[in-house]
Amino acid sequence: MMTDFVEAGRADGTLQVVMLGIGTETFALEAGMVREIIDPIPTTRVAGARPHLAHIVNVRGNVVPLADIRTRFGMPVTAATPDTRFVVIELDIDGDPILVALVADKVFEVTAVALETRQQVPTIGTAWRPEYIRSIVKSGDDFVIIPDMPQLLN
Amino acid sequence: MTTLDPREVFLAEANELLDRLETTLLDLGDQPDDTTLIDTAFRALHTIKGSGAMFGFDRVAAFTHDFETAFDLVRRGAIATSVELVNVALSAKDYIRLLIEDPDSDTAVIGDAILAELDRLVSGAPAPPAEPAPTGWQIGISFAPDILHNGTNPLALLDELRDLGACTVVPRLAVLPDIEDLDPESLHIGWDVTLVGSAERAAIEDVFLFVQDVMELTLVPLAGELPVSAPDPVPPAADPVAPAVERDASVRGPAERRAPPRAAATMRVEAERLDELMDRVGELVIAQARLSQMAGLHADAGIKTIAEEIERLSARLRDTAMGIRMVPIGTLFSRFRRLVHDLSRDLGKPVTFVTDGEETELDKTVIERLADPLVHLIRNAIDHGVEAPERRAASGKAATGRIALTAEHAGAQVLVSVRDDGAGLDVARIRAKAEERGLVQPGTPLTDQQVYQFLFAPGFSTAQEISALSGRGVGMDVVKKTIEGLRGSIDITTEPGAGTAIVLRLPLTLAIIEGLLIRVGEARYVLPLAVVEECIELPADRSQGRGRDFLDIRGALVPFLRLRDLFDAAGEPDPHQKVIIVAVGEARIGLVADQILGNHQTVIKSLSKLHADVATFSGATILGDGTAALIIDPAQITAGGHAAGQGDYREVA
Repeated sequence: MMTDFVEAGRADGTLQVVMLGIGTETFALEAGMVREIIDPIPTTRVAGARPHLAHIVNVRGNVVPLADIRTRFGMPVTAATPDTRFVVIELDIDGDPILVALVADKVFEVTAVALETRQQVPTIGTAWRPEYIRSIVKSGDDFVIIPDMPQLLN
Repeated sequence: MTTLDPREVFLAEANELLDRLETTLLDLGDQPDDTTLIDTAFRALHTIKGSGAMFGFDRVAAFTHDFETAFDLVRRGAIATSVELVNVALSAKDYIRLLIEDPDSDTAVIGDAILAELDRLVSGAPAPPAEPAPTGWQIGISFAPDILHNGTNPLALLDELRDLGACTVVPRLAVLPDIEDLDPESLHIGWDVTLVGSAERAAIEDVFLFVQDVMELTLVPLAGELPVSAPDPVPPAADPVAPAVERDASVRGPAERRAPPRAAATMRVEAERLDELMDRVGELVIAQARLSQMAGLHADAGIKTIAEEIERLSARLRDTAMGIRMVPIGTLFSRFRRLVHDLSRDLGKPVTFVTDGEETELDKTVIERLADPLVHLIRNAIDHGVEAPERRAASGKAATGRIALTAEHAGAQVLVSVRDDGAGLDVARIRAKAEERGLVQPGTPLTDQQVYQFLFAPGFSTAQEISALSGRGVGMDVVKKTIEGLRGSIDITTEPGAGTAIVLRLPLTLAIIEGLLIRVGEARYVLPLAVVEECIELPADRSQGRGRDFLDIRGALVPFLRLRDLFDAAGEPDPHQKVIIVAVGEARIGLVADQILGNHQTVIKSLSKLHADVATFSGATILGDGTAALIIDPAQITAGGHAAGQGDYREVA
């Protein structure tokens, strides 16, 4: 798991990421998986679906699940603000490429993070399940979370 | 134009030819004396040999040549067709397919065994009636005028004749029109050929094997030089010494009538392109829905007219595009004749196989995916359904069992059924097995239909002995999964002692359906129109009540479900709730919605893999305003909603 993620990094040991603010946290998504970032569009609720995948949206003619990972990390779900964006990402789940739209409270920037700042996920001190997190890296003075999206969503 | 790999073309063609050969051989097993069938089989073989050699499938060509040589004796009537011969020919056909699919396979020993068996069967035959070796032939050739349209090159045929011996070719120019009336695409001339040499009659006839229906061929041994004046077994159409003009005039008429121009009636198209076409049409239908919605908001009559026009056009385009993808199910049915033939032989259970409704058309994707489930069902029908001949005799039935495979239209669905006249399902035994496997608690009250559902549980088998074919409990769960994947359902009916029928209900197409758009709370949903029977208003006395959630529909009791509760809809229910009565298999159920919005051409988008746990919806579609709406799967709702007992055993399973 960790190796392919390191391989995605550049020769100089950095990884291109998109920095997102979700709830109170800052997440870094590998830039290669991000297809587009769109303004919020009308959603349709799917009765009976798991809470973090409770809606679908129409992204350019494709019906795509809308993932809200705030519930996965135990954060409160707040109303959309003018900063809210849908980040459309492509995941590989059991060998099939799958599109998912991700609710982000704010999209900051595309930046490079140095992979050598990578930290083990501490087993205490976080409220999150460690299998949802691939790694924690340093960006500037802050620690940001690189989530394991397939684990997180499935 | 795409450039096609010639080998691919050969493979496609060979597949078709082998299929035809198989059908013909099976027919031949039923009617051994039909010479047309023998000729058809022979022609298929000849083509496979020829094109096999052309595309470098040398082993195919060599084997087919030997096969053809043996079969030629049958064609000449030297030996009679027999069941053994048909069986060997079928295995020879399989071997050719093997050679085509894997040209380098190390299977020569199989081929040799088949040829040895063929030899054994035909060696008892008397040698073909010896025709006196002639010193030459007078050959008269006249073709139908339109022979050039299908690509036949008469000059090439003449060249082939020249290979057989020295030829003197004299054209018949009597009916050649004047130059201004000349149609360069019609053939106006015939030929008289004098062939000197010891060529056999059959060799000459083989030259014209593929054009013999659209030509008149006369063959007369060269007079005066024959050692014995043997009677000619094939009566020539006309007296060979009669003037050529007269003969031409007499044969041209019928030849013209027999060969209607058939050029460009069908063409091959890659399946992918059809899928692409369907995708484009789907996008168009969605865009059209948006246009109609926009036009509805405008008062401008001109825009409204255009929107209606486009709606009409796109609906017709959709129907045409779907029609292109429709394939008669007969193409699939013919495959199973071989299966039944082999199974019936291996299991020692004589079975007649009857098919009906071959012309019923279904989307090609549905047909492709239907093949495996039907194989399982037919195997089961022969292995478990039809009893052994002794048992049949004991219960006063004919020794030969009967398997019927039928297809028919029923509204927007197609019913494909496999029926046997065997012993029927043993409810008690299935139940006992289910209890043994812990699928259900002993004593749970279950209807017969609920008990049959256990047959679809993974690994479920009631067969006491495991045979090579079935009884290992693999299969029925796959059948169910495939049929549900096609948005179809399975009905089982059985009568003890009289047989079992398994009916697959399938949608006509997978891409676009007619839907009924309804509103529940704030959200809109689509119901497949095919399952909707009627819509009524919910009687006021039922709108609030609990516990008596059923209606009296013309004397029948129909339970109903409130979609608002099922989908957790927010807000206040509309004062006049509507009930949509849907039929799923035998069950009828009412679904209560807030509002019925109308018909909707529904382009089906499958739900994401991440939503695989959501069973209530079979897919989603995109509405005119660009939002997504979910398609309700009535089969899931009825399965989950109306049988409390079902829930019990599901948990245990």
